[in-house]
Amino acid sequence: MAKSSDVLFSPIFKENPIALQVLGICSALAVTSKLYPTLIMCVALTATVTLSNFFISLIRNITPSNIRIIVQMTIISSLVIIVDQLLKAYDYETSKTLSVFVGLIITNCIVMGRAEAFAMQNGPYMSLLDGFGNGLGYSVILIIVGSIRELIGSGQLLGKQILPLASDGGWYVSNNFFLLPPSSFLIIGLFIWFLRSWKTDQIEAPDFKMSKNSPKEIKVDHA
Amino acid sequence: MQNKDSIKNTIFIGIGLCLVCAAIISVIAVGLKEQQKKNAILDQQKKIVAAADLEPFYGSVNNAFNSIEEKIIDIEAGLITSQLTDNYELSKELRDPSRFVLLSPAEDIATIKKRENYSKVFLEYREGQLNTVILPVRGYGLWGILYGYLAISNDLNTIVGLEFYEHKETPGLGAEVDNPNWKALWRGKKIYDENGKILIKVVKGKVDNKADMSSYEVDGLSGATLTSNGVSNLLAYWLGNDGFKNFLDNLKKEKASG
Repeated sequence: MAKSSDVLFSPIFKENPIALQVLGICSALAVTSKLYPTLIMCVALTATVTLSNFFISLIRNITPSNIRIIVQMTIISSLVIIVDQLLKAYDYETSKTLSVFVGLIITNCIVMGRAEAFAMQNGPYMSLLDGFGNGLGYSVILIIVGSIRELIGSGQLLGKQILPLASDGGWYVSNNFFLLPPSSFLIIGLFIWFLRSWKTDQIEAPDFKMSKNSPKEIKVDHA
Repeated sequence: MQNKDSIKNTIFIGIGLCLVCAAIISVIAVGLKEQQKKNAILDQQKKIVAAADLEPFYGSVNNAFNSIEEKIIDIEAGLITSQLTDNYELSKELRDPSRFVLLSPAEDIATIKKRENYSKVFLEYREGQLNTVILPVRGYGLWGILYGYLAISNDLNTIVGLEFYEHKETPGLGAEVDNPNWKALWRGKKIYDENGKILIKVVKGKVDNKADMSSYEVDGLSGATLTSNGVSNLLAYWLGNDGFKNFLDNLKKEKASG
């Protein structure tokens, strides 16, 4: 039996769902142009994955294996609808910014992946911890990406001006590239690079080896 | 349970789970409805204030909204009526066949199918003088109807702002109607020429600022031609004879006569 602290903390750096398993990239690109919506998204996903893991694990022994994916999806999507409704009621502005991406938590591979890989085999308590840990792992990356993008893209953090913009008489010329989704690829890529240089066991074995360069012998005709 | 894969159990679990989930969601959705409605109304007020750019003058959205006047107007006659001032709701108006007109395809350039007889507009006065008129507009974009507010300054021909509070356009493309940079382009644009012809529209690509027509044109949204056309069409409809033109003309006359 795995230790509960391992289950909780290993997804943060050791087995990070975004950096190691490269799951859930879509929302990491889409919602991170500002830090505040990013934080809300992290809370929404963490709540969903934690609770879905818990409930799926709770009924894992009576779930017929041929409809288990449907059962998982039903639970996950119900939770996502609830999260969406709560957001609309209590943080309308952010729910408008996040728009479809809250709904898209349903298709987030992390939630589905943890349900299938962990919650179907483990008890409710462990699954709860695993879900929460993975939510935290996701959040760590999203918060890093969100902070960097908002800071470089608009010189702000949580809507507060940190770097005075040149357009308002300051010195900082904002980099609009960081407001666009592709910049997250760059940041996540750099993060994965950093993480794998630190924890070298995450480096995958190469799929193939390049053979040595062996030039064909060329016959030179001196005719 | 050794027979968890039996057909009976499969059906039982499937239906049972759906019922439980449906029940929970229904309870939550109904329970939160009031709060969500409040938010939607607040958001609408915010858009009205934002369209007319009133926040800097009044200090807060709340102050600004409280200092503007709500008026119900008869669209056909273009006059303010004293009717149904309380509890006006567009959705209710559009449910009662005696309170809207069905539009023929030729008239219906904004693809809204029916137009209410009475509309709620907002008037902002400063020192007794009309300063801004805020009109509700709507029209079909690419995926659905865009609902918004158009604010016009006291010459009744210059746009102050255009804000949409509800739409279903594609995020990143058509949904850029919410982009502050694009919305800023509307400021100061003219609507009618000297003969009262509607010239305001969203063009494809960028507006050539040196051209004669540039004061009537707004940059198109790249990748969202149909949304851009939709915005042009809804303005053409609501500022035209079937829309608020009569009302604006009456306001103009009133102003001219002092």
